[in-house]
Amino acid sequence: MKKQFVGAATTIILVVLAGYAALFVAPTERTMGTIQRIFYLHVSSAWTGLTAFFICFVGNLLYVFRRQPRWDWLGVAAAEVGLAFTTVVLITGPIWAHPVWGIWWTWDARLTSTFVLWLLYASYLVLRTLVEEPERRGLLSALFGIFCFLDAPLVFGSIRWWRTQHPQPVFMGGAGSGLDPTMWKVTFFFWFSCLALMALLMSQRYQLEAMRGELETIRREAETQ
Amino acid sequence: MKNLNSVFAAYAIGWAVFFVYYLTVASRTLALRKDLARMKRALTERK
Repeated sequence: MKKQFVGAATTIILVVLAGYAALFVAPTERTMGTIQRIFYLHVSSAWTGLTAFFICFVGNLLYVFRRQPRWDWLGVAAAEVGLAFTTVVLITGPIWAHPVWGIWWTWDARLTSTFVLWLLYASYLVLRTLVEEPERRGLLSALFGIFCFLDAPLVFGSIRWWRTQHPQPVFMGGAGSGLDPTMWKVTFFFWFSCLALMALLMSQRYQLEAMRGELETIRREAETQ
Repeated sequence: MKNLNSVFAAYAIGWAVFFVYYLTVASRTLALRKDLARMKRALTERK
């Protein structure tokens, strides 16, 4: 309990510091001005969301091969947390886009593939509510989860492979891409705080799923007695 | 300081999403913990 409290307190401090750095420490971008400060939350949430979906993918693969409930619990915990981060990406993106592009949304490759990713993982969570039997639910959702992750490389590559309304990458984008050194430091610190938040949320969600598993086992035992 | 309101709105909504999500996980955990305790009690009484 004390460990959990320390973890939560550290995460809150990191998130507050990251917010402060993004709003007051990072330099103002020359072309877009203040609105560019959304970048730190938007990009860090996107990277963290993809990290969570990768963890879900690993959990799904391990469940398919080992059939241990803990990998199923990891998969669902990571999918839900990844969905929360992707929701933030899809909300902050249009708030940033409107003053810069003059539109809230456009169906370009990056925006569409991100929205599809969100829909796929939302479906993954809905699918889990439709199957009662735990082993069947675990296997079906693991297989579907593996399929969902196929969209992640598409999200990553969309702004590299196609011409999009969405800006070109600043990270791993080749020649001409990049950021001011202070902006880099703030970006990585913000991402680190998001990863800490992801770890906190995921551990809470994992415990919830483990408890649900325990309840299902007890219920089954009670029914057979 | 053009668009400052949009920046604050984005951060406020972003953090609100995480906070609300945390609350839903906490409330689901609490409800499940109660269910689990009730189930265990019922099983011991039956034995």
